[in-house]
Amino acid sequence: MERYRILPHTADGKFQAFGKTLEEAFGNAALALASLMWDWVAVEPKIKHSVQVTGIDREQLLVKFLGEVIYLFETRQFLLGRVDGLRVRPLPGGVGLEAVFAGENLSPRHELFGEVKAVTSNDMKIEECDGFTVQVVVDM
Amino acid sequence: MDLRKIDDNTWEIPAQGGMRVPAVVYSSARLLDDMRRDQTLIQARNVACLPGIERRSYVMPDAHQGYGFPIGGVAAFDLDEGIISPGGVGYDINCGVRLLRSDYTEAEVAPKSKELLAAIFEEVPAGVGKGGVMKLSRAVLRDILTRGAEWAVENGYGRTEDLERTEERGRMREASVEDISARAMERGIPQLGTLGAGNHFLEIQKVLEIYDKKAARVFGIDAPGQVLVMIHCGSRGFGHQVATDFIETMENAFGVAGLPDRELVFAPFKSAEGQRYFRAMSAAVNFAFANRQMIAHWVRDVFARVLGSAKGMDQVYDVCHNVAKVEEHDVGGRSTRLVVHRKGATRSFGPGRPEVPAVYRGTGQPVLIPGSMGTASFVLAGTKEAEALSFGSTAHGAGRVMSRHEALRRFRGEKIRDDLARRGIELKSTSWKGVAEEASEAYKDVDEVVRVSSELGLGRVVAKLVPLGVMKG
Repeated sequence: MERYRILPHTADGKFQAFGKTLEEAFGNAALALASLMWDWVAVEPKIKHSVQVTGIDREQLLVKFLGEVIYLFETRQFLLGRVDGLRVRPLPGGVGLEAVFAGENLSPRHELFGEVKAVTSNDMKIEECDGFTVQVVVDM
Repeated sequence: MDLRKIDDNTWEIPAQGGMRVPAVVYSSARLLDDMRRDQTLIQARNVACLPGIERRSYVMPDAHQGYGFPIGGVAAFDLDEGIISPGGVGYDINCGVRLLRSDYTEAEVAPKSKELLAAIFEEVPAGVGKGGVMKLSRAVLRDILTRGAEWAVENGYGRTEDLERTEERGRMREASVEDISARAMERGIPQLGTLGAGNHFLEIQKVLEIYDKKAARVFGIDAPGQVLVMIHCGSRGFGHQVATDFIETMENAFGVAGLPDRELVFAPFKSAEGQRYFRAMSAAVNFAFANRQMIAHWVRDVFARVLGSAKGMDQVYDVCHNVAKVEEHDVGGRSTRLVVHRKGATRSFGPGRPEVPAVYRGTGQPVLIPGSMGTASFVLAGTKEAEALSFGSTAHGAGRVMSRHEALRRFRGEKIRDDLARRGIELKSTSWKGVAEEASEAYKDVDEVVRVSSELGLGRVVAKLVPLGVMKG
């Protein structure tokens, strides 16, 4: 199954990510985001960061979850290569997510080819129809 | 959509549905074609629905689709009844442009231009994930966020006179560090004094043509062939995080029900959340002022080293093009304080405004409009008419018309470098892919943007600048 598809967008980055479950689609969205900045396929799962976020709804949860990829890159030079153990669960007043990011720190072995400034909720879609599709626009 | 032509460069979307005021689009028919192809006009209409909006929701000639507000959008809100919205400022808070003049001519610089650009490339950190040379403490960052370019000048980056020639004198006094998240601090610390990537650039330019000799002289622009340096960058990850944080804060406090686009989320300006955002945004504005101040200092250092001196390298001006500010404007014949959002729009204040530095109070402020890579940039002078037309605002650049994806498919960075080299323009970049994404064909025609701006009186064109050397992140 195709993990994600990068879509044309005039000024920014846009993608759809797919999964049999919401969790799988969210995980693939993180890889789609990574693909705009580095080649995640070439990243080995050497370092792990556990990620926990909460949101008032699934849209905010997705924005904050993807924001972790940017945050860990900018502050730890961490390149995401794999998403493990992603779980979304209801919380009082919202939703929570936990996952483990596996990857490497930036080194000359890796090329960077884009800068994602922020994850937006513009034109965001989280749809269930024969599995899940999420659509995200990021500011570049 | 109901779009009425008022004159060749003015179009109106009448107030209908939830719109509290009409939207006014300043554009030629040609530029309007681009806007119709994306969400620009729908977004301008959405902005017109926001509480407390005054006069009109304005769209500048270079506008294109943003998130929530269009890029190239100007909207002002009543302080008591109105709102403030992070989407009306953008993620890159105080993205802006600084221009340095010099006494050098093209003939003097040309033999050393390669060396000069290489040395600037060495000195100014740029590109994705590239950190700055300083190891800042949190205490120092807090000082920078409070005092902006003032901090930079006090710490040896540049000259006191630079502050006079910076919007807000390089410091928004409303700034407070109280509501800055730990994340924003963490993202800000490694990135101060860096150019960044994407559409940010540093160019060595020359004057191609002068249209308004009197204003040009006041701005320090003397003759064709004179060399200048333009710096385009913003508040880096710090500003992006502040925007992200406060979109979430406002979603949590006020909800998203009824918003046509979640990125339009807002807070009443006088609410606790609105005021906290305004103070944090001001801190990000200061980060960007300090950032450009440091980069300008390094550029002067390099000129001094390579060419013997940084003679005459005075600052022409430094403008913000993503910002919200409290300003006085005429509303129905009464001077009223409003919170003016300029997202991808440049302030264009004319003669007499107290915000304009004394030295420019006779001409109007310099308005700096960068073009796309390898094309022209323009210096305009702010006008009195712009106050009535657009709360004293005009365009901010060329504006994209082609996706990065499409640009990558069509262009190759190395080819662009070779083409520019044939035209005598040096190019240095950390990423050829980045260069391809920023191909000038992916942008609107800046000449047309400036022509429309000038015909309308949003700004008076003073000089046209073209690059000799381009540095991209």
